Amino acid sequence: MGKRFGIAVSPGIIVAKAFVLESGDLTVKKTAITEADIPREIARFEDALTKTRAALLTIRKKIATELGREHSEIFNAHLLILEDRTLIEEVICRLREEKYNVEHVFSQIITEYTHAFSQVDDSYLKERTSDIKDIGKRVIANLTGKKKETMSDINEKVIVVSHDLSPSETAMMNKKYVVGFATDVGGPTSHTAIMARSLEIPAVVGLRTISAEVLDGDIIIIDGNRGVVIVNPTEEEFEAYRSEEKRVVEMQQRLDALRDLTAETTDGHAIELAANIEFPTEAESVLLHGGQGVGLFRTEYMYLNRDGFPDEEEQYKAYKHVAEKMAGKPVVVRTLDLGGDKFSSSLDMPKELNSFMGWRAIRFCLTRVDIFKTQLRAIMRASVFGNLKVMFPLISNIVELRKAKEILEEVKEELRQEKKSFNETIELGIMVEVPSAAVTSDVLAREVNFFSIGSNDLIQYSLAVDRGNEKVAYLYQPTHPSIIRLIEQIVRNGHAEGIWVGICGEMAADPMLAVLLLGLGVDEMSVSAVVLPKVKKMIRSVSLAQAQALVARCKELTTSEEIQEYLHNELLPLLKELEE
Amino acid sequence: MAKNDGSEQVIRHKVRVLNKLGLHARPAAMLVQALSNFPNEVTISKGSKKINAKSIMGVMMLAAGPNSILSFDIYGEHGDQVKQVVDDLFKRKFDEE
Repeated sequence: MGKRFGIAVSPGIIVAKAFVLESGDLTVKKTAITEADIPREIARFEDALTKTRAALLTIRKKIATELGREHSEIFNAHLLILEDRTLIEEVICRLREEKYNVEHVFSQIITEYTHAFSQVDDSYLKERTSDIKDIGKRVIANLTGKKKETMSDINEKVIVVSHDLSPSETAMMNKKYVVGFATDVGGPTSHTAIMARSLEIPAVVGLRTISAEVLDGDIIIIDGNRGVVIVNPTEEEFEAYRSEEKRVVEMQQRLDALRDLTAETTDGHAIELAANIEFPTEAESVLLHGGQGVGLFRTEYMYLNRDGFPDEEEQYKAYKHVAEKMAGKPVVVRTLDLGGDKFSSSLDMPKELNSFMGWRAIRFCLTRVDIFKTQLRAIMRASVFGNLKVMFPLISNIVELRKAKEILEEVKEELRQEKKSFNETIELGIMVEVPSAAVTSDVLAREVNFFSIGSNDLIQYSLAVDRGNEKVAYLYQPTHPSIIRLIEQIVRNGHAEGIWVGICGEMAADPMLAVLLLGLGVDEMSVSAVVLPKVKKMIRSVSLAQAQALVARCKELTTSEEIQEYLHNELLPLLKELEE
Repeated sequence: MAKNDGSEQVIRHKVRVLNKLGLHARPAAMLVQALSNFPNEVTISKGSKKINAKSIMGVMMLAAGPNSILSFDIYGEHGDQVKQVVDDLFKRKFDEE
């Protein structure tokens, strides 16, 4: 049936049967009824409400135990919608007036409500239309008796295909049997993407119409590396992916054998190889893949896809968990990096014409000092349980850095007053991801303990390229001579002040570019846990002298393509070895 | 529910939404739950909209953002107790911060 292309948000390849989650369709059959049928229709409606209520109570309980009470609170609102007298009376009243079957009347009213909500000029409330639709669908399913198999009943390996996935839906999944996601909508920071990465299962989102094109039981292939989904593959496609899947698993196993070895070159130069994480639970996977630390703990997940903000206690628990799990290994906690392509539904962040250059990350935190302080307090309090470090994102000048440091000092003083313990000598660093910070890194280096190069944004800002824009995406070149020069400058300036320089962008996840970074003198690389063993193997296969020689030659070349080609040719035998 | 026939007493009370997120699903649920403990009929007006305060859909449809002003009409006996509860919830910012 052919290939569908979407956005790859979680790596891996998987072949399995599809399980299609009902799309957001409220259509039901419409039949006229007589006066005599009315009591029966009302009774059916009340029965459906009771059943839905019982189901919601079960879900609320399940979520409260699995994810914590704060995640289950949204279901209180769901239950109230169900008990809403205005809604119930409206259904009964219109049932008497219009004389159509109750599912039709109910579905009409729900549609009217969702329509009205979508007109409201409050982005948070707009999102609530999905809650009302969710309730509507549940009631209608109970009315029509069309009892579809639910997510918790799955008992074989399936790929979940859906228009979108909500937290309540993923919470109900039996994680043992869900091996992949494919959805119509979503992006790299959607709930689906975050869940998939946390579960370490492949996922492709933004497939536009996949939920309407797949039937339960269809065999589908998800290629979470390339963003491809194949529905009912031909024998050839099937075999190709089957062997690819097997090869990837085998390679992973071989690479995992490197777990306890250091990331050391053949001539004895060791770098620190760490991993990026999004969820506290991923700390385990970092250790499993042989990470020497967490080079980037993204903290946005706590602020996304939820009601309200995480309080100090919730954050404290999350940071403490990671600190303890990593048992003394370094953990770099990046303070809130909202904005750009990550938005909280609870924060009133205006839509900006150019959000990547707008009110985001540290800029946001320096205005919303309350939110910033809550996070810093939580990090500081957790700092006594391990080796935490604090990192500020998107610093573009020294004044911002000083302001952020001042706030950190205030937080420390508060904690001292309250006699709460924290690591007084906690290391403080910044992401170097804005070209202005890279160019003035000599100045910034004097006031921090480390740099971590955020290559994704550094490349995007330096080359003025929006990676998400397919017309210009080809210009996004990590090997652009300017990027090599900038990184060299950052490393040199950092080392001149005696601080370490790491990198936590995707650039380091490419084994070929990891060699380039090694030659440029980077001290630490942080990549996603799954690709970590590959990068480690590459570093263990080259010498520092060799990497430095490659850099020297690259600096003589003038185009990104030449550099790419040169590196590829020079490292080809090693790259081939990696794939075997 | 007490009938609003115009003859009984009514307390009019205005409050300002103080929590930063406005009256979204969770605070709306808290308000509706609190009011359902009383037999009084309560309506909320905001601009030209007037809704039954015991209906969560109604309350959410007000789209009451931060700093907006809501006018409560509390009908029936012991309305001052209801007023107290409403006041308390808004002042506590629905336990949000």
